[in-house]
Amino acid sequence: MSIEVLLKEFAEISEHPRRQIQAFKAEGKKVIGVLPYYAPEELVYAAGMVPMGIWGSNKKTISMAKEYCATFYCTIAQLALEMLLDGTLDDLDGLITPTICDTLRPMSQNFRVAMKDKLPCIFLAHPQQRKPAFGIQFTMDQYQHVKGELEKISGNTITDEALREAIKVYNRSRAARREFVKLAGQHPDVISAVSRSAVLRAAWFMIKDDHTAKVEALNAELKALPACDWKGKKVVTSGIICDNPKLLQIFDDNKIAIAADDVAHESRMIRVDAAETGDPMMALAQQFADQDYDILLYDENSNQNRRADFVVKQIRDSGAQGLILFMQQFCDPEEMEYPYLKKALDGAGIPHIKLGVDQQMRDFGQASTAIQAFADVL
Amino acid sequence: MSIYTLGIDIGSTASKCIMLADGKEIVAKSLIAVGAGTSGPQRAIDQVLQEAGKTREEMAFILATGYGRNSLEEFADDQMSELSCHGKGAGFLFPEVRTVIDIGGQDVKVMRVENGVMTNFQMNDKCAAGTGRFLDVMARVLEVDVENLGSLGAQSTKYVGISSTCTVFAESEVISQLSMGTDKRDIINGIHQSVASRVAGLAHRIGVQDQVVMTGGVAQNTGVVNALQEALGREIHTSPLTQYNGALGAALFAYQKYQKAQK
Repeated sequence: MSIEVLLKEFAEISEHPRRQIQAFKAEGKKVIGVLPYYAPEELVYAAGMVPMGIWGSNKKTISMAKEYCATFYCTIAQLALEMLLDGTLDDLDGLITPTICDTLRPMSQNFRVAMKDKLPCIFLAHPQQRKPAFGIQFTMDQYQHVKGELEKISGNTITDEALREAIKVYNRSRAARREFVKLAGQHPDVISAVSRSAVLRAAWFMIKDDHTAKVEALNAELKALPACDWKGKKVVTSGIICDNPKLLQIFDDNKIAIAADDVAHESRMIRVDAAETGDPMMALAQQFADQDYDILLYDENSNQNRRADFVVKQIRDSGAQGLILFMQQFCDPEEMEYPYLKKALDGAGIPHIKLGVDQQMRDFGQASTAIQAFADVL
Repeated sequence: MSIYTLGIDIGSTASKCIMLADGKEIVAKSLIAVGAGTSGPQRAIDQVLQEAGKTREEMAFILATGYGRNSLEEFADDQMSELSCHGKGAGFLFPEVRTVIDIGGQDVKVMRVENGVMTNFQMNDKCAAGTGRFLDVMARVLEVDVENLGSLGAQSTKYVGISSTCTVFAESEVISQLSMGTDKRDIINGIHQSVASRVAGLAHRIGVQDQVVMTGGVAQNTGVVNALQEALGREIHTSPLTQYNGALGAALFAYQKYQKAQK
C-alpha cells in the first residue's frame, strides 16, 4: 500500500473515533474507554475487548461537564466527561480512570457520579513509589482490581497466556510506533506534522494488531525512501497533547518538522515495553516501574533535573534545533516543571517557546505568529 | 533608478503601510484605524500607493505582516511574522536597540534584538490583559477617548491600584472606583501602572537590556510609557513612527528579499 493511501487511512480513523467504536460494536466487540495515563491496555485486550483511548476532543466545547467539574480542571478531562454525557461515548462498555495527576484523581469520582449505573468506572491508582518492591506490589494489586472488573464486563477470564500474548502485541505496537517517530523525523518531506499526529493518534482508536500492521507497512515504505535533504527547521515537541490538525498545519506551513517528541499522548506512553515471559501481571507492574522522565512520575533524583536533561538529549540526538512546548491550560504538573525544563534548555543553549493551549481553542492566530517567529529565530 | 518595496502590517485594530526606496528612505506611509477582516488593508494600500504616486507593478517586492498577513496572499509576494518585522523595524530606527516591547491591539510581545536581528521573544498568553484592547475597554468605561488617556493620567494626584490582570475583572474594578467617586485621572494612572506591571513581568522573562524601544499603538500613550519606564527602571525610547514599525520592518525585509532574489 502506498504511503499516501496509508496516511489517508490513519487520518480518517484519527478524525472519527466514534465511527470506530460503532464499527467495533457492530462486530459484537465490547469497548472499554481508557483515560490517560499509563492504564494497562493489555488487560483489556487480553479480556477480548477493545481499548479506546479518551484524550478529550478538538471538536467539542464544555457544557454539560461543567455541572461536575471545577473550573481549573484541564479541558482534556472535562471534554472526556462531556463526551460521556452528551452521548458520544454511549456505546462504551466500561471506563478505566487512572488517577495519576491532581485533576484525574478527583475527576475519577466525577466520572463515577456522572455515569452512575450507566457505565462501570474502573478506578486505577498508580503508586507514587513505583520502583521499590512494595510499589510494584501496589501496582500489581491495582492491576488485579482492574483485571477483575474487566473480567466481569467481558464475561471472560483473563488467563496468563492471553495476557502474555497481549503484551507481545503491545510491545510490537510500541516498537512500530517508536520506529515510525524516528522515520517521520528523517522524512519530513513525506510525513507532515499533521500526518505524523494522525498516525500516532489513530493508535488510540484501533485494535493494536491492525494499527501495527499499517504502521509497519508505512515504516517499510519510509525506509525504502532516499535520505531527505530537509531545508526547513526541525524541532522537538513537548507537552501533554498536541493533536489538533489546525495547530499542526502551522508547522507544515512554516516548514517546521517534528524530529522527535516528548508528548504524553505520543512518545511518553510508548517508551517502555513489558517482559514477554514470566508472571504477566508482574511484567506490567514492572513496566510501569521502569517508566521514567515523565512530569507525572515521581523521581527520587529530581534534584538532578534528569527529566530536563533527557529532553535536552532528545533534542540533540534527533538533530532538532529547538523545542516547542504546548502548555495545557490548568495543567499544574507541566506548569510547575517548566522552570526546570527552561533552565536545562537555556543552559544547553537550545531555544524554545511555550505556547498556552487548550482543546477548546479554535483560533490559532497567536500560535501561528509565535511559531513562525520561532522558525525565524532558529 | 530607485527600488521600491512595500511593507503592510495588518494588525487586529489597524492597517499600516510603509513604502521604502532602496531599503532606506521612507517614501510614503498610511494608516487606517481598522485591521484584519475589514476594508482597512485595501484602503491602506490604496492610500500609500496614491501618496507615493506609484502602482502595484512598480513595487519590487511586497511583504505582509501582522495578524492578517495571510489574507494578502494574492497581493503580497511573501509574508512574515510581525515579531520578526518589529525587531527589524526597531533596529532600523534605533541601531543600538536590544529590547523591543510591542503592545498591539490584542497582544504584547517582547523581543531581544542583536545587531538588528531578533534572537529571542516572549508573547503574552491568550488574554487581553496589558494590551491595547485592555485600554480600549477601560477608556470606554471611563467615557474618555483612548488618545487622551496619557494626558489625563499625567494629571493624577493620588495612587489608585487596579489589581486585576483580567480585563473583565479590571473593568469591574474601574466601575467600582467610579461608583465610589474616585477621580478618573487617578483611575487612568492606575490602569497605566497595571498595564506596565503586566508587561514588565513578561519583559523580565527574556531579560531587559538597553536600549529599550517601545513600538505599537500603545507606545503613543505617554502614561503607559512612563509607568513602564518606572517598572523596568530603564529609559524607554519611542519614535513618531511607532505605529508603523511593523510595516517598516516588513518593507526592510521586502528589500532584502528582493536583493536576494536578484542574486
